[in-house]
Amino acid sequence: MDTQLLPKKLTLLSILIFFGLWQGLAMLIQSNTFPLPIVVIDVLWQEIKNGQLPYHLGVTLFRLIISFTISMIIGCAIGILLGQYKQLNAFFDNWLVIFLNIPALVTIILCYVWFGLIETAAILAVVINKVPNVVVTIREGTRTLDKDLMEMAECYRFGKWKTFLHVIWPQLHPFVMAAARSGLALIWKIILVVELLGRSNGMGYQLHLFFQMFDVASILAYTIAFVSVIQIIELFILKPLDQKAMRWRR
Amino acid sequence: MTDVTIQINHKSFLSPDSGAEKTVIKNLNISLKSGEFVCLVGPSGCGKTTLLNILSGLDKKFQGSINLGRSQTHTDIGYVFQNPRLLPWRTVKENLKLATNATDDVLEPLLELMKLTDVQHSYPEQLSLGMSRRVAIIRAFAIDPELLLMDEPFVSLDPPTARQVRQLLIKLWTNRPHTILFVTHNLREAIALADRLIFLSASPMSVVAEIPVPIARKERLNETEIELFRTKIFSDYPDIASLV
Repeated sequence: MDTQLLPKKLTLLSILIFFGLWQGLAMLIQSNTFPLPIVVIDVLWQEIKNGQLPYHLGVTLFRLIISFTISMIIGCAIGILLGQYKQLNAFFDNWLVIFLNIPALVTIILCYVWFGLIETAAILAVVINKVPNVVVTIREGTRTLDKDLMEMAECYRFGKWKTFLHVIWPQLHPFVMAAARSGLALIWKIILVVELLGRSNGMGYQLHLFFQMFDVASILAYTIAFVSVIQIIELFILKPLDQKAMRWRR
Repeated sequence: MTDVTIQINHKSFLSPDSGAEKTVIKNLNISLKSGEFVCLVGPSGCGKTTLLNILSGLDKKFQGSINLGRSQTHTDIGYVFQNPRLLPWRTVKENLKLATNATDDVLEPLLELMKLTDVQHSYPEQLSLGMSRRVAIIRAFAIDPELLLMDEPFVSLDPPTARQVRQLLIKLWTNRPHTILFVTHNLREAIALADRLIFLSASPMSVVAEIPVPIARKERLNETEIELFRTKIFSDYPDIASLV
């Protein structure tokens, strides 16, 4: 019983220490640019009540879901192909390195210049930034596929779809989850820049406004809201998915 | 089921280091009667697994022909690999259903015969090696194959477990008599199982001798009978000793 409770107690303790340090520093500095936790929590509550935060958070989450889904589908498909076909990988490897190293800001600016300040350009910019990361992770996963199991599937005439669903995908699952987690973290940061540069709504747009007014309490309130949403996604979607897929492990 | 004939004129590999061609099988002719249990005995690395991979259709780069009788295709071949090759994320029963498309009516008697009913909903990681190998055997039998290939399926099992699984295999084969090609380098195991022994040379592999096993099935439980026949083989065919 004690050993089960210990991690929860530790988590609670670490959160309390975090807020304690924040409170202590804020009291020490005594500046509007470093507000007390209670001030930030109050701003957060006011923003939720007046509907501004749910609206902008919703818009950003919508962009996140769309760009995340597109990136994962395209990235997984290309990653599997590059992992399976050596010649294809040899041809596209340099392209991948180039796209991996193009700064996110450059892609965002180019998308806005070429396609205009529209929603599609914003989503495209995020997708272009994220796809290479997914491709690299899934390609590595595909390279480690168990040849013995692939032969078994061939020998027992699984067929392509059954082989993909029951033999390949479960082996790629840890890599897909890694790509999904790092993807979420990367995508929402890129989306904020995309919104800051070329949209008239969303978290990035709001943060830009708060920056112009030096409203640090609002900036922190929006940050807490967004990080909380990402934590909820992790706890209620990604972790259960992980546990279900890994239930066979001892 | 009809007879199976295997004729492999030439099979070679390119050496990954030098790029030189290495012949693995040369002029190999084997015939199997319907329902016959044949053991291939040969030294390690002589090309036995390569032969099974050719027969199963996993390796298509060879010169020669394979006649499986009725089907004329590779769809009716069951393969028990050296390691069980079960999907770790599927339970025993899910593994069997995925590979064989067999119904519960087919699988449950097989699970009972192989003493696996209690673990049918367990994952492979929860099974012992002996149990996993029995699941792999059921998987091969459940597709009702024209030819059943077994590649040293009892290697690395401790002797009592290996003996137990061998007996279960014979029981299963007696209930469902399929043509079996069983690869081993253990002559005692081969004598305990086979109707006929085929001895293979070192690479490039070819048939050295074919010896029927005249011992009745019931008498093969007796280790002395097996040992006596083993000694007789060595005295009748002195060259074979170097192959096992």
